[in-house]
Amino acid sequence: MSSAPKSAILKQAYLSHHLFDAKHLVFASTRVGYGQGLVEAGRKNPSIVVLCCDVTESTQSMEFKKTYPDRFVQLGVSEQSAASIAAGMALCGKKPFVAAYAAFSPGRNFEQIRTCICLQHLPVVIVGSHAGVGVGPDGATHQMTEDIAMMRSLPDMTVVVPADQIEAKKATLAIAKLSSPSYLRLARESSPIFTTPKTPFRIGRAEVYRQGTDVTIVAAGPILYEALVAADLLLKQGIQACVINCHTIKPLDTKTLLMAAKQTGAFVTCEDGQVAGGLGGAVTEYLTASCPIPLERIGIQDRFGTSGEASELKTAYGLTAPFIVLAAKRALDRKRGKKVSLIPEYLTLAKEKSFALKQSIQKEALERTPKKWGGSKSDSTLLSRHDS
Amino acid sequence: MPIHKRESRPRKSLFLSERKCHALQKMACTIREDVIDMLVEAGSGHTASSLGMADIFTAFYFHILVHRPKQPDWQNRDRLFLSNGHAVPAQYAALAHADYFSKSLLMTLRKFGSRLQGHPEYGSLPGIEQTSGPLGSASSQATGAAYVALMDHAPWRVYCLMSDGELQEGQTWEAMLFASKHHLYNCTFIVDRNNIQIDGTTEEVMPLEPLQAKFESFGLHVIRCDGNDMRQVINAVSHAQQITEQPTVIIADTVPGCGVDFMEHDFTWHGKTPKPGAESQNAIKQIHSLSGTIARES
Repeated sequence: MSSAPKSAILKQAYLSHHLFDAKHLVFASTRVGYGQGLVEAGRKNPSIVVLCCDVTESTQSMEFKKTYPDRFVQLGVSEQSAASIAAGMALCGKKPFVAAYAAFSPGRNFEQIRTCICLQHLPVVIVGSHAGVGVGPDGATHQMTEDIAMMRSLPDMTVVVPADQIEAKKATLAIAKLSSPSYLRLARESSPIFTTPKTPFRIGRAEVYRQGTDVTIVAAGPILYEALVAADLLLKQGIQACVINCHTIKPLDTKTLLMAAKQTGAFVTCEDGQVAGGLGGAVTEYLTASCPIPLERIGIQDRFGTSGEASELKTAYGLTAPFIVLAAKRALDRKRGKKVSLIPEYLTLAKEKSFALKQSIQKEALERTPKKWGGSKSDSTLLSRHDS
Repeated sequence: MPIHKRESRPRKSLFLSERKCHALQKMACTIREDVIDMLVEAGSGHTASSLGMADIFTAFYFHILVHRPKQPDWQNRDRLFLSNGHAVPAQYAALAHADYFSKSLLMTLRKFGSRLQGHPEYGSLPGIEQTSGPLGSASSQATGAAYVALMDHAPWRVYCLMSDGELQEGQTWEAMLFASKHHLYNCTFIVDRNNIQIDGTTEEVMPLEPLQAKFESFGLHVIRCDGNDMRQVINAVSHAQQITEQPTVIIADTVPGCGVDFMEHDFTWHGKTPKPGAESQNAIKQIHSLSGTIARES
């Protein structure tokens, strides 16, 4: 897609030159950026302590542990206690980061975060790694999709969802300076690095990456890349889409959103999480009250996740560019007063894709059933018996 | 590498003279009376544990703690965390008498706009070290604070008052694991062992015994005492201060509703208040008639 007119992307966004260049695009997960930011933040601020719930390596807190062993606290599998211990430390002047999986922190310790951290207005950072269905094969239990809704509902909480590794590093450094509670949402899977160190980032300020007059696509997290791809696809159909990075879901940058809403009159929100209460919820709540316009929401639609590869799940749940394109066109049709189908096309398509994917993947696996499990293939065809 | 100015902190002897002991017992009675007055004014609240813990609060605020009521954020103060926040009326009364704030505020308990919230809120009132109410979480906060004290080589200690019913919260035991792992000897938990909770006795609702063995198996040094006996409470804390390798827990056996015969040992008084009139007058009269000594069942 290197034919995309570069002019559509705002210069001052300083996005990667390889934005649509699959060959040169580098992939990394947002949790890696967090790990890098954490060490740097630790160097700048000696009161930072990191509390980890038995997931030091996978939350990328390892580097901090190695660099500042005295300020790293291993808590074992005890997320509820972790949130409260962090509060206790913050009461005594520390700036604790609590690193765990989002499914369990804030999934399991919501009340402790609410009472011990938010109600006491303490500068604790809850780092929820492995959020969204992008976690993949671990399945629904570990795919946290309700965390944004939970954290956003807490008074005093700041909620940040970085879009790529570089932004995650910036977000970590910025959050380390906050003197109030915050939630940093990270993803497990690698995603394109499309911002650069020069790309502006400030907590609470949404960044317009691309100007457009027909429809606005606002996204939080790695799905933002899909939004940029979708805008590119839309351009080919003569539709000018504005793309906004809304990394801070709370406090919401209502000024930027309102301006875009007035300019384009049609909105699409994108996230890897429940649209109810998530970014979709936040934007809808705001716009309905201040500037009601047609709005479509890409994300998890009141369902749980399931096992599968991240890429398969993103298609199955309708989280990729083609679905965003459909949503944008629908919002645009509604804006223009055209009649639209009762059930959005992006949902119908996701359902179809999901069904087809399931069928083909299951079929492929079951066709290889060995004799010992009642199939026709020789046991030696099992992958475990292969040479390499 | 936090650089701390080592501010000197006075060593405090817990020696208790007869005279002081008597004065403390009198203060505990005053606090009990205040608790009844406050709860009847408020019209709701938790009577049994507030009365049961009056002696413990008195012992801490008037004898044990190294603190400066007029400088509540003094860095080197001992931290007293209250985990069973519903017993806070007794703490409010103790704080007011210890001169943390004006006694007139006691009138406002649980009322709209009050700094004396139904369950204590950090920041709303001097002397309140943390927000509590949801059970089981102050133990973790206390261990976090104690960990920081050791990390920063600070001289202060952490005391965490808790109820027995809240030991049913799994989080309590997560905190005990942490305290034990890091040998938080500067942390002392005080369990108000009054044997009751909202729905009945703890041993009916969800048995806790053998409680001492449970704590010991988690690596804590256990001390038992009569939680309504001033001298025993202070001796137990004094004992805890001498333990230098383990966190300590004081299981303080108390009488719920202590000082008022129709409330004592009755779990239905856990979460209700006396009715204004004959009932509250009777309660206050009984508290007065103790005249400095608590008549307890053996």
